[in-house]
Amino acid sequence: MSGIWVVVEERDGPGGKVSRISWEAVAAAQKLATLTGLALNAAVVGGQTESLASEVAAKALTKVTRIEHPLLTVYTPEGFTLALQQLFEAEKPGYVILPHSYQVRDYAPKLAARLGQVLIGDVIAIGDGPVFTRQLMQGRLNGCYRHSGSGACFVSIQAGAFRADTVEAGKAEIELFSPTIDAAQIRTRPGERFQGSAQTVDLASAQLIVSVGRGIKEAGNIPLVQELATALGAELGASRPICDNGWLPMERQVGSSGQTVTPKLYLAVGISGAIQHLVGMKGSQCIVAINKDPGAPIFETADYGIVGDLFEVVPALIEVVKAAKQ
Amino acid sequence: MKIIVAIKQVPERDAQVRIDAAGKWIEEAGVQWALNESDAYALEEALQLKEKHGGEVVVLSAGPERVGSTIREALAKGADRGIHIDCADLGNRDALGVARLLAAAVKHENPDLVLTGLQSDDLGLGQTGVILAELLGLPHASLILHVEKTETGLAVKRELEAGWFQTIELPTPALLTIQSGGNKLRYATLMSIKKAKTKEVRVVKAAELAVDAAPVVVLEQVALPTKQRSTQMLPGTTKEAAAALVEKLKFEARVL
Repeated sequence: MSGIWVVVEERDGPGGKVSRISWEAVAAAQKLATLTGLALNAAVVGGQTESLASEVAAKALTKVTRIEHPLLTVYTPEGFTLALQQLFEAEKPGYVILPHSYQVRDYAPKLAARLGQVLIGDVIAIGDGPVFTRQLMQGRLNGCYRHSGSGACFVSIQAGAFRADTVEAGKAEIELFSPTIDAAQIRTRPGERFQGSAQTVDLASAQLIVSVGRGIKEAGNIPLVQELATALGAELGASRPICDNGWLPMERQVGSSGQTVTPKLYLAVGISGAIQHLVGMKGSQCIVAINKDPGAPIFETADYGIVGDLFEVVPALIEVVKAAKQ
Repeated sequence: MKIIVAIKQVPERDAQVRIDAAGKWIEEAGVQWALNESDAYALEEALQLKEKHGGEVVVLSAGPERVGSTIREALAKGADRGIHIDCADLGNRDALGVARLLAAAVKHENPDLVLTGLQSDDLGLGQTGVILAELLGLPHASLILHVEKTETGLAVKRELEAGWFQTIELPTPALLTIQSGGNKLRYATLMSIKKAKTKEVRVVKAAELAVDAAPVVVLEQVALPTKQRSTQMLPGTTKEAAAALVEKLKFEARVL
């Protein structure tokens, strides 16, 4: 076994910089290195990895391996799986740590399965053992997972679970690794990235947001929450199911597939608080949750909570807010 | 086009969750079961493709006897037949173990397309589809919102982070994991529910599939999450709670 390997990804857009969630994965890997006493290495994958590797090599790692091949310039699940498979077959790691990005979700289960392993995905904490904690039942429960058996333990780290600014600085040596990839092995053909409908609502800069979720039951009830938003002078946001149903436009969606917001006040109405939603709003200064289910995970993140029927609480709230403004 | 849709029966979204006596999973007694949400979208995509291009939609699900009701629900929505992998110990298998069952059950079906939901609402692993593709030797794409048939295969719309998308072309046979929200879900009619009772459901015992069931990763314990913030719950009548909240937002949190 040759210790722990952390796979580092590039941020979207030009510049070839390390993504924030990758630094968080490095922080998690450094914690695991401390717990296990194993050496920590990093891998970067791409067509040109020099600048990315040198950025990573300024951290407390033993070595950084540049996995380079022209067929890795554009991400494909086949290409990245083949490349990392070959490195890990040569290096025989004990642990492989990855950022839980959309890209990792696309190839890491395949990579692990090819090596006879199973990814422990979307991990929020690492404890003695080591045991890895991930969320179950839409965030209502935590589950503690352990790797049993031989071979590498694959783990992906949830965005925001570890702090990027705790990554220890240092100096690592840089190595080049050239995998063997044949163009015929890559069957998917990715096209250019494009953005959805033009954003006309800028939730990211809103100071007050009232957000509505599944608890609203039907499209005809949305105006009730809109009225509360208007009374407060707040923007209206929504959780994914509301936008999936077409009850509000996609541009009002808060969460991993929508916008990330950090208002002074985030008031969640009838939102249970699935992790995909929480990652988009947990940085808000003050969070209020109104939900009929006292066990809803949104209450774990809220500063103030009201357990009750939103169809009673919201009208009462509108009345108080209007009265306070007079 | 022959399409297999792998679906999962999960506890209903609003189900109250209690941890079982062993602390290893939830207490399943009294739980209402439902079709996993993104699997419902995978089924809808399959039904729409069949309506456009003809062919057959086969639903595939693993689990104990109760899973039969979810398979019937899919048949009532329009799937042609079902395969039920009768498996009482699904929870003891990891994602690779479950994918091995699914792969073994469909290896003689030779589908043009295999669809699954993106992830399950209970375990939330989001891996079974991708692993199934690996085991079946199929190309895959994940987080798919829209599927278009082309001359050579498929063109699919993949969701990326923060409002970005990408079109991916891939040859068939292929596997796609479907994200919620790409289509409008249909409801079963009384007539189709009746008709579904006569459709074929093949039951395969998990043991007959003779796949490796030993897990590589084990869920050792479940627990309630620890609070990230100290939440003040506002008691009293609706009116009192509303008044107290506005008071606190103004003078304690100072955000109004």
